[in-house]
Amino acid sequence: MSVWRAIPFVTAGLVLAPIGVVLSSLLAPVGDIWQHLVETSLPLLLLNTFWLACGVIAGTAILGVSLAWVTAVYEFPGRRFFSWALLLPMAMPAYVTAFVALGLFDFTGPIQTTLRNTFDSDLTWFPEVRGRMGVIVVMSLAFYPYVYLLARNAFLTQGKRSLEVAQSLGFNRIQGFFRVALPMARPWIAGGLMLVLMETLADFGTVSVFNYNTFTTAIYKAWFSMFSLQAASQLASLLIIIVFIVIAIEQRLRMRMRYAESKISGRAQRMPLVGGQKIVAIGFIVSVLTVAFALPITQLVLWSIDAFANDFDSSRYWEFLSHSISLSSLAAALTCAVVIVMVYAVRRHPSIATRNAVRIATIGYALPGTVLAIGVYVPFIWLDGQLSAWLSQWSSIEWSQVIQGTLMMMLIAYLIRFMAVSHYAIDSAMHRITASIDEAAMSLGLNGWSIIHKIHIPILKSGLFTAATLVFVDVMKEMPITLMTRPFGWDTLAVRVYQMTSEGQWEQAAIPAITMVLAGLIPIFFFMRNTES
Amino acid sequence: MITIPIHTIVTDIVLINEKSLRNLLTLTHHSELYMFKPYINGYIVTLLCCFALFAQSAQAQELVVYSARIEQLIKPMFDAFTKETGIKIKFTTDNEGALLAKLQAEGKNTPADVLITSDAGNLWAAAQADLLKPIKSAVLERNIPAHLRDPKNEWFGLSIRARTMVYNTKKVKPEELSSYENLADPKWKNRLCLRSSKKVYNQSLVAMLIAEHGEAKTEEIVKGWVANLATEPLSDDTKALEYVAAGKCDVTLVNTYYFGRLMKKDPNLPLAIFWPNQSKDGVHVNVSGAGVTRYGRNEQAAIKLLEFLSSEKAQNLFADVNMEYPVNPAIDADAFVESWGEFKQSRMNLSKAGELQATAVKLMDRAGYR
Repeated sequence: MSVWRAIPFVTAGLVLAPIGVVLSSLLAPVGDIWQHLVETSLPLLLLNTFWLACGVIAGTAILGVSLAWVTAVYEFPGRRFFSWALLLPMAMPAYVTAFVALGLFDFTGPIQTTLRNTFDSDLTWFPEVRGRMGVIVVMSLAFYPYVYLLARNAFLTQGKRSLEVAQSLGFNRIQGFFRVALPMARPWIAGGLMLVLMETLADFGTVSVFNYNTFTTAIYKAWFSMFSLQAASQLASLLIIIVFIVIAIEQRLRMRMRYAESKISGRAQRMPLVGGQKIVAIGFIVSVLTVAFALPITQLVLWSIDAFANDFDSSRYWEFLSHSISLSSLAAALTCAVVIVMVYAVRRHPSIATRNAVRIATIGYALPGTVLAIGVYVPFIWLDGQLSAWLSQWSSIEWSQVIQGTLMMMLIAYLIRFMAVSHYAIDSAMHRITASIDEAAMSLGLNGWSIIHKIHIPILKSGLFTAATLVFVDVMKEMPITLMTRPFGWDTLAVRVYQMTSEGQWEQAAIPAITMVLAGLIPIFFFMRNTES
Repeated sequence: MITIPIHTIVTDIVLINEKSLRNLLTLTHHSELYMFKPYINGYIVTLLCCFALFAQSAQAQELVVYSARIEQLIKPMFDAFTKETGIKIKFTTDNEGALLAKLQAEGKNTPADVLITSDAGNLWAAAQADLLKPIKSAVLERNIPAHLRDPKNEWFGLSIRARTMVYNTKKVKPEELSSYENLADPKWKNRLCLRSSKKVYNQSLVAMLIAEHGEAKTEEIVKGWVANLATEPLSDDTKALEYVAAGKCDVTLVNTYYFGRLMKKDPNLPLAIFWPNQSKDGVHVNVSGAGVTRYGRNEQAAIKLLEFLSSEKAQNLFADVNMEYPVNPAIDADAFVESWGEFKQSRMNLSKAGELQATAVKLMDRAGYR
């Protein structure tokens, strides 16, 4: 058995280990704290999680599908611009949208205050922002691009013919949408919604800002407020089980995705919108963009200017920034290195077993950061104890932590979580190198390294670059893993945002937040350039 | 004995001091090559140092502080301390829970020498988990009143934070207010704002109520508060004050310095402080304080830091920078703080807040206080 062949299995093992560690806590006896959680919080956690999931799914489905439909099928002024601009909210981490929304719309925020002052009323009709509806709206605005992207893709590739047939059979456009286009796009929409659901279940930052208790905040509280890693692990295993159910459903849906795939049957003319329709469509898109992107950005800029003018500690800021950048770069490099080795391994030894191993290795994206943090922390602490005992015995120095205090724990957790992101980009680039390309190269006298050097690397380059950028940005925005496993002094931008928002100091969080948004824009602009050309 | 090339290489790479460098070199002491082939050893040392750096073995000479008190509130005191003693301080700030969990996980290997928290409950928890060690210091005992430090001398309060009532002067007459317990009265329905129960200040307050009234009665009080809330619990004290000022609710419970900060920004807000429970046991106070870690490697320097912080030189700085009250009775509070009036403080030993914190958290969960 060659080393190559083992690689996908080792990586799969790396992903399975934390899951196993967390799930094994279910076998441990239940403690006092668990008992207390079951009696007081668990029903509420389940209920909160359930409503949040339902609400965000409904919200993103409505927003994502309607926006996708409008931009895919109709023609109106600014359509090209709006089609990619609607992806911009992806650059905003949900927790940033969350604290900006609170700062703006809360009772003491500028909007309610102005309304109160102008109308001199108590505004009793104004909806409570810091409630369930608030979280749902914020998350829907932050996550709808997933659905939008996939649904739009589905509508575009359906081709016009089916719709034209529908119209020739006497359906009007609305009937055509509901009875033909929507059913055909269903697998894509469902796929997008599953992504949304996973993000929702994994979210820690947004629900913390809103003080809305879900599993992720309960895990954090059990560990860091009640000092029970045990109870935290047990909560985490419940969350894993929920996530697995979602994954199972998702796999099902993905299998069905095949049937709707059709050749692009010639892109027919987009239907032009006229008069009032134009205004409605553009108005709708602009208002979504305003609420989900323009308004938060404006507010962030205003706060940043404020914070900058007041007591801005630039040396601290550079420290956060350099931590964020170095962590993200390290994680991107590590993840891409592991994934490319894995992809090559599969290429050299394609088999059902290796493919399954890869599938397991890329499951980490579905694991919430809070769960992963625990799953990585527990074995590492154990390992650390063993290692330092061994080293102290062997040398004259009393060894303190060997692994703790290093970035290793955090990097492994990032690797597990974001392997899927880079795998997607690298694997699809790899598919472009067909066997015949290799054969042709060999027939021209290239071999081994020179094939890789002259043929593979140029082809893979853009895929690798995309993968690295995506991981870089994702790690930069990542909150729970960083928060829970960072070593001494490694505060990042995201950690800073958490600390400031948990004290309600929105202004102080603005500069780190806007930095992350800017970083998040990078992949979107690349994406835009690719689709435009 | 250390040859120059090694030394420069090493100092270039790590901030390890000479003592720990020699420690590392003991590994190669028995090697005869050591005296004659400095360059080979240079590489070995470099490698070892890289490893040591990577492993962050706690050989650093400076004092390491884990602080739940935020940077802006400790950095000036640390700078003053370094200036006076030459001892450098490296610190990390985080919330109390995270710091305690960290200390616990690090165990004997912790790099931390001193733990600073912004409440007594967590210091108690740290002591309970055997993360702090008792220290003997006549200076600390003289400077800090008994109820504001651990009976076993494992931790010490450094500044007093009073958790009191603030009301909207347009909507409430001070005569209506009396005690924490009274806020559970139905007459306050839809008039109360509270900060989230996740914050330790509220956990300590409830713990002290439990110490006084027992669990059953306290649960009733907390349920009463929850029933009187005008809005969901808020993320921070400042927000609570703003809600009161904007008229969403009439009264709230906050630490005085939040009130001070807000009033400095906007003196025209219709807010005023009320000192509750004056005819009874007094206002609930907490401390921000510190302890020396059990496994820290610089005990003497750590004690020195605590003594410095309780001294006249630092007390004003420590308390005033955040508009808190000094623990050292010889020192007056900041003039602006004094202007809020004298009050009687609860004399119950703060270790109660720690002992009953977990009970308080559970009680608040049961009472539906988020």
